[in-house]
Amino acid sequence: MTAPLTDNIDPRAARRGSVLGRFLRRPAGAISLGVFAVVVLVAVFAPLLAPHDPNFVDLSLFKAPPSAAHPLGGDSTGRDILSRLLFGARTTLIGAAIAIAVAVGIGVPSGLAAGYFGGVFDKIATWVSDALQAVPGMIILLIVAAASRNSFTFIMITVGVFLMPGYFRLTRSTTLTVRNEAYIDAAIVSGLSNTRILAKHVIKAVYAPIIIQTALTAGMAMGMQAGLQFLGIGSANTPGWGAMMNDGFTAILTDPLLLLWPSLALGITIAALAVMGSTLSDVLSVRQPAPRRKRRPAAPSSVDDATTGALHYEPAAAAVQVRNLKVSYPGADADIEVVHGIDLDVAPGEVLGIVGESGSGKSQTVFSILDLLPAAGVASCDALWIGGRDVSALDRKDRHKLLGSKLGYVPQEPMTNLDPSYTIGYQLIEPLRSVHKLGRTEARERAIGVLTRVGIHDPARVMRSYPHQLSGGMAQRVLIAGAISGHPSVLIADEPTTALDVTVQAEVLELLRELQQEYGMALVIVTHNFGVVADICDRVAVMKHGEIVEVGDVATIFTNPANDYTRELIAASLDDAASRTELDAAYDTTERKAVNA
Amino acid sequence: MLRFTLKRLISGIILLLVVGTATFFLAHLAIGDPTVGLLGSSATPAQQAALAHKIGTDRPLLTQFLDWGGHAITGDFGTSWRNFQPVSGQISLKLPVTLSVVTFAIILSAVFGGLFGILAGLNPGTWIDKLVKGAAVVLFALPGFWVSLVLVVWFAVNLKWFPAVGYVQPTMSVQGWLRSITLPAVALALGAIVMVAEQLRNAFIAVNGQDFVRTLRSRGLTQTRVVLHLLRNAAPASLTVLALMFVGLLSGAVVVEQVFALPGIGAMTNGSSQNGDIPILLGITVVSVLFVVIVNFVLDVVLGWLNPKARVQ
Repeated sequence: MTAPLTDNIDPRAARRGSVLGRFLRRPAGAISLGVFAVVVLVAVFAPLLAPHDPNFVDLSLFKAPPSAAHPLGGDSTGRDILSRLLFGARTTLIGAAIAIAVAVGIGVPSGLAAGYFGGVFDKIATWVSDALQAVPGMIILLIVAAASRNSFTFIMITVGVFLMPGYFRLTRSTTLTVRNEAYIDAAIVSGLSNTRILAKHVIKAVYAPIIIQTALTAGMAMGMQAGLQFLGIGSANTPGWGAMMNDGFTAILTDPLLLLWPSLALGITIAALAVMGSTLSDVLSVRQPAPRRKRRPAAPSSVDDATTGALHYEPAAAAVQVRNLKVSYPGADADIEVVHGIDLDVAPGEVLGIVGESGSGKSQTVFSILDLLPAAGVASCDALWIGGRDVSALDRKDRHKLLGSKLGYVPQEPMTNLDPSYTIGYQLIEPLRSVHKLGRTEARERAIGVLTRVGIHDPARVMRSYPHQLSGGMAQRVLIAGAISGHPSVLIADEPTTALDVTVQAEVLELLRELQQEYGMALVIVTHNFGVVADICDRVAVMKHGEIVEVGDVATIFTNPANDYTRELIAASLDDAASRTELDAAYDTTERKAVNA
Repeated sequence: MLRFTLKRLISGIILLLVVGTATFFLAHLAIGDPTVGLLGSSATPAQQAALAHKIGTDRPLLTQFLDWGGHAITGDFGTSWRNFQPVSGQISLKLPVTLSVVTFAIILSAVFGGLFGILAGLNPGTWIDKLVKGAAVVLFALPGFWVSLVLVVWFAVNLKWFPAVGYVQPTMSVQGWLRSITLPAVALALGAIVMVAEQLRNAFIAVNGQDFVRTLRSRGLTQTRVVLHLLRNAAPASLTVLALMFVGLLSGAVVVEQVFALPGIGAMTNGSSQNGDIPILLGITVVSVLFVVIVNFVLDVVLGWLNPKARVQ
């Protein structure tokens, strides 16, 4: 069985603070551990706690109702139910302990060896583990039960063997992860023996997941054990919950209480173990802030309401105009604002650059305009005009109706922005048919048309291809084709050339400029590179720390930047150019020397 | 692709051979002289010897193995040591019952596990997500027969919505058949449903965080269409869990059938193991593993077909 709870364990978390303390502070942890502790105590002190001999038959007790001497009454053989229940805890725990000892004893060392040394042993052990998981365990258990004349110990050892693959897989994969860490290589180089490395480093990483796995496995072992007893396997003189459930089930119509007590005992014990495992897993897991639902704050959250940036057009005349845009994310204590109230607009047919280094809030700004922020992000603004209409009050569904037809989007990283499971043709045609309501042939022709337009020479073949068969430059052209196929009035490109080769960058930029002029679109291009701005933008907004520090005509800003930060950015892009010229020059000289020599 | 398929096929055949051989020797060596169990302790040595000769256990073990193995490859698992009827015939009588329940349980797991998984995956951190996680923890841990008993008491004994025990042949009444396997299938499926839901949820969240989903949304696709893309990309992980569940369900069916008094291979295994009827036990083991191998093989082929990188070369 797989172990879903052990997936996200951070080995370092085990060392942070007191795990037990944090475990107990959670109500689920304290209660489940308390319940399990009671079961253990009952099992240990069963001889003292039980009022009667669990196997003593008193015929007057036959299905007897509860009385002072027999608080839970008698079973269908005339034995005291309470005593059998208490001794049953003992059987259950001993059985689970045997199974776990076997499973851990085989699974963990073989998993360590397979993960640490690999090789032939790894191959064989993995095959055996997989093979065991392919065999229906209950059938083999019944054979073993018959063969061993219902020997309790033999049966639980076999249960352990069938639970072993869980430990093997877990230990092997954890060991493999640790094995590939740099500090293990360092330990090997420094001459530590394999045994010492395994004992010192690997075991440390493996033990927390194993404890969690044990909580789950113990529950499974108890379930299998009780299941076998329920089938009538096991000695009649061994008081067990499963056997008591069988006894109760046959009398379900007349004496339902006979079934209730052992079922409760088994159910509560297994549930307590499961909750213990789950809580421990939560305590040891890497903390991820729970993503919060998107909400629209009624009032802007910051007190200081001064906005940065400037508006150049009447709202109705702008292709996009946003006023006082703020974006925030939930933090550990309070929300963290990453865009602090900016004003920005772009006119139809205009190319606007948004420049800034990473973390300046430029991508957050365009994702807010598109309404495509990550789930945890919250955007608010006083107004958002798109195509002459204030859309800031629209709900999510209506906002998304603007996508594709009014707003087009070209992403940064071409290789991760195509769905790997569908052909290019499907990904281009699907929105044309479902969003733009084109017919099958029409959509196909339009897709081939835009692919040809973006410079793809063999559109029919590319349509049949999957994303992994394309180069980065090709994929970016496909993404541009997808963005313009719905004839949007605004095209938003987020660092469209960053991930591409230098030669392809210029071509893609040129293509965007051509398309912008051909379709008369407004183009918003997000970049960290002033070279790109100089190449194609009409106006530029410079962003830093979530604010717009300067906005204006490209020519004006280039010749006379008002802000120090803008000056630095321009200088940085010029430096880059200068150094490249120097490199080229150096290369030319050395090559010439080489040729002359 | 063809080579991959062939490799998986051979691996499955090897597994069958190994399990068959191992079970044969485990059963024969452990059970010892089967005639004691078959005839009871009151039988005379002459009666025992006669039976041993009849069922062939007076021969060397290796000869017995070669005899059994040679026939088993052709699908002939010999005859039962108790009623001397062909094993294959008896298994094929009982197998439909077990497969009805297990198949029904798998369908329930796929449908409801899928539904809850999608809901939890689309709304992480909300009550539905927490409900799925909480249910996954407890329901997966509780054994199927325990859940069966609760269901029997509640729905069959108290509410009388379903029959508590017994099996109706689909040829007699399709409705009666469905009613007779509903509770067992639900009892088996509950644990699998939450496991599938949990897996699908995690796969969904992982896919949902990828860049291409944002780009798909930017094209104006509706939520339903985006969910289809998510499902398609989360499918391989979920199918793998579903196939893994099949073995667990087959195993769980052995006990659950007992609760509902269904005449499936579970009841037959239990009876045969108490009598030491080795041919039946071996036949059941090999046939069960054969089904597991088939399910895993189909899964591998489907996974390969779902993965464009494996399909297109």
